[in-house]
Amino acid sequence: MRTIQTEVLVIGGGATGMGVLADLALRGFKAVLVEKRDLTHGTTGRYHGLLHSGGRYVVKDPKAATECIEENVILRRIMPHCIEDTGGFFVVTPWDDPDFGDTFLQACDDTGVPSEEIDVAVMLREEPNLNAQMQRCFRVPDGSADSFLATQSVAELGRQHGAQVLNYHEVKNLIQDGDKIVGALCHDLVRDEDVTIYADITVNAAGAWAGKIAGTIGIEVNIMPGKGTMIAAAHRVVNTVVNRCKMPADGDIIVPAHTVAIIGTTDERVADPEHFAIEPWEVNLMMEEAAKLVPVWKETRMLRCWGGVRPLYQETKVADTRDVTRAYTLLDHETRDGVTGFITITGGKWTTFRQMAEVTVNRVCEKLGVERPCTTAETPVPNPFGHTGSYHYLGQRLAEVEKEKKFDALICECELVTRADVEHAITKGIAHTLDDVRRDIRLGMGPCQGGFCTYRAAGIWHELRDDPVEVTNVTLRDFLQERWKGLRPILWGQQLKQERLDELIYLSVLNADHLPGETASRLGPAMYEKGSIEDNPKAVT
Amino acid sequence: MTFNIWGAQTDIELMPHRPAEASLDECIKCNICVTACPVTAVTDLFPGPKYEGPQAARFRQGQQETPDYSVDYCSGCRVCNMVCPNGVRIAEMNARARATIVEQDKVPLKHKVRNNLIARPETLGKLGQPVYPISNFLLGSGFGRYFADLFFDIAPKAALPGYASEKFSKWAKKHEKPAQAQRKVVYFHGCSTEYYEPRVGKAAVHVLEANGFEVLIPPQNCCGLPLLSNGEFDAAQKYHESNIKKLIDYVKQGYVIVGTSTSCTLTLKEEAPELLSFYTDDAMLLAGNTFDFNEFLVHLLDAGELRTADLRPIPLTLAYHPPCQYRAHRIGFPALEVLDLIPELTIIKSEAACCGVGGTYGYKAEKYEISMEVGRPLFEFVHEVNGPVAVCDSETCRWHIAGATGVPNVHPVELLAAAYGYEVEGPLADVLR
Repeated sequence: MRTIQTEVLVIGGGATGMGVLADLALRGFKAVLVEKRDLTHGTTGRYHGLLHSGGRYVVKDPKAATECIEENVILRRIMPHCIEDTGGFFVVTPWDDPDFGDTFLQACDDTGVPSEEIDVAVMLREEPNLNAQMQRCFRVPDGSADSFLATQSVAELGRQHGAQVLNYHEVKNLIQDGDKIVGALCHDLVRDEDVTIYADITVNAAGAWAGKIAGTIGIEVNIMPGKGTMIAAAHRVVNTVVNRCKMPADGDIIVPAHTVAIIGTTDERVADPEHFAIEPWEVNLMMEEAAKLVPVWKETRMLRCWGGVRPLYQETKVADTRDVTRAYTLLDHETRDGVTGFITITGGKWTTFRQMAEVTVNRVCEKLGVERPCTTAETPVPNPFGHTGSYHYLGQRLAEVEKEKKFDALICECELVTRADVEHAITKGIAHTLDDVRRDIRLGMGPCQGGFCTYRAAGIWHELRDDPVEVTNVTLRDFLQERWKGLRPILWGQQLKQERLDELIYLSVLNADHLPGETASRLGPAMYEKGSIEDNPKAVT
Repeated sequence: MTFNIWGAQTDIELMPHRPAEASLDECIKCNICVTACPVTAVTDLFPGPKYEGPQAARFRQGQQETPDYSVDYCSGCRVCNMVCPNGVRIAEMNARARATIVEQDKVPLKHKVRNNLIARPETLGKLGQPVYPISNFLLGSGFGRYFADLFFDIAPKAALPGYASEKFSKWAKKHEKPAQAQRKVVYFHGCSTEYYEPRVGKAAVHVLEANGFEVLIPPQNCCGLPLLSNGEFDAAQKYHESNIKKLIDYVKQGYVIVGTSTSCTLTLKEEAPELLSFYTDDAMLLAGNTFDFNEFLVHLLDAGELRTADLRPIPLTLAYHPPCQYRAHRIGFPALEVLDLIPELTIIKSEAACCGVGGTYGYKAEKYEISMEVGRPLFEFVHEVNGPVAVCDSETCRWHIAGATGVPNVHPVELLAAAYGYEVEGPLADVLR
């Protein structure tokens, strides 16, 4: 069995864990991060991508609002390539109380969130698809964040400072020596072998899975997984983040993210962060609420639907998970449970991941009796896939393709992914499946959902990796299966037509179901809605 | 209300209009447009309609700096729209994307000047026609074309029309109207008839008069299509608004507009309102009452109102090319039905996608070779048919085909006019003599 010795072990390859890893590395710690699937496989890769101005929380959760605006400013500075400076509106629709606008403005002032009321006519000029019956509109510095790229970028920062990132390493259990946690027993899913990682301190940043990790040694961490369902429209019906100006509720925000616009979300308590269903009522509700903000929403093609799970933490039980604070929580299990060498960081939002990491690593320093200042707020984050130093903008990929006339090199035509991008992700990155390649470069994330790029990418994959044909076939099938899951809840209109064509391509022309190899692999995405668990044996593992 | 074909319909219902870009959602990436696009087939500079239309449109954001460049290689032929099984309005998206390039001043100055020159046939006509011997000499001389290429990147080999010795409208004023016309119709002659080929207009007037119409020829402007296809939307809108002003009262009095230039009529019908998002009541009223010449004749024919007796035989076998802009009217091939009435005339229809000229596209030095390659199958077809003239509804196509093949081109109405006994002018007259 392989053994790794390190100073700090971080569990969880989402925004928080990766932030902790990079912060540790920047402060000179030897650190290793394990993630049971690909980076951002959990909540980080399944949220709508909002860079909070804090506006959403000014009334309900002022502490969270202030954290958000502080971090908003920092992230724009250190990792602009992961952010699109869309700006945000808070709009009072005909269904909302216009007086709440005054409460909102006052709360923005109190929490330090910059805001200004703008004329509805100005709003409509900037966003002509918004409901013309809006009563009021306020502008805030919301943005749109690429959480896939951000996590990869922060991982790169960590690596540049000596940290190690191990994806597809699932924690089986924490290793306890007396009242001290000394590391974790992990399973390397790719090589199908166990790996023991010893560390002076173990940081549990497993998000919605943090309770499961702590539970392996009998420590109770009460995470309430709050499922949020989101639907992406196939193109940018708005280019500004649009929030309902009211107390946060279901379906009250649309975030433009890359080439799509995402309506979010519901908030339903679920028993398990991995196995939950997307209910038809959630889809209907999202469609109805989105249409209140953008009336053409219902005529717009829906691209995909998915759910993420909020890692909300509360020591005492509460019924409605939206009332739980979004502000993060650091649990020192030494003072809380009498177990040393183990810290849990949980809760929070993507926007505050850096601050959460800072607080966590401060505590690590304290535990190890060293004083090393945090520098993440001033350290530019590198981009393993391209440019740094300026905001992402919608036309960026088109501009790159146009400039170099890379027309013939397009593998994913919807998202303008070139052959060089695919090759880079396969050979230079840490991708173990085509779905990992997708997260790295947006392969197959456009309207056709992999209809035309999957077989092309599988060909390149096979050529470059020299895997047995069965391995290539199964990663192709895993990928198609994952795309299919997100399509089923929105299978009407144009997307139904598309799926019919994709089905003909893969099942009728390419016979993808009967190619040599297993039906599905253990590396296939682990998130399943209830309905498909029975369909697919791999989900049980 | 009694309905008749030559009466305008003034109670047109205004439908809600969504911008062309909204149709990008209908694309299922099937690639049919890519396989049909005549431009992408011959050049690597144009990645094809799927890329430029529904795909690139997802990356375009109004207020931002445009990332587009290759979309300027779209010739605007609309073959993609025609073959799309899902109704994606690719050509319109491309035209609007090009307009953004123009609006953001991203066209090199030399081309900007050139485009504004060749996209203004009315201005060129007003300047060049009165001094036609000089203009024709300059345009016909290697010397003049050398400088046109040097200064403006106007392809030296591209076929330019010659100015007429007399403007069509001047002839029309002198022309004696028939005494007892019961019906009236408005004729939109367009710039080509006015300044370059008045013979087409004369034939059209004769055909209408032979069918009992008094032909009204109000003052009119360029339809603005060349400007639209060069992305100069503001200037195009001025022309369109001016045309509406000049024509709308006729429509309101109950007269329809017919035109022999297929691209002019398409512009009045839908290009201008759609591309400019210009959906005023008057614009839509004009759009709903504008007809292509042969479309109008077929309506008359169907109603039993077209003169079909005593047509003189024309014993010729001729190639006919329905221009892509004409197919964009989505009215079938009315010219074939009309020409079929002429005894002994055999028409062989071309199946070529496009002649390549794309209005002003083929006049541009950087696009001339593409336009010739696009038109190659058509040119070969014209040679195969080997008629003394070829037939085509659209003027720039006629000039391009004639330039490339050496076979003179005529408008279908010229053949019908000849069959009615009218003494036609130009290349057809030479053949029939």
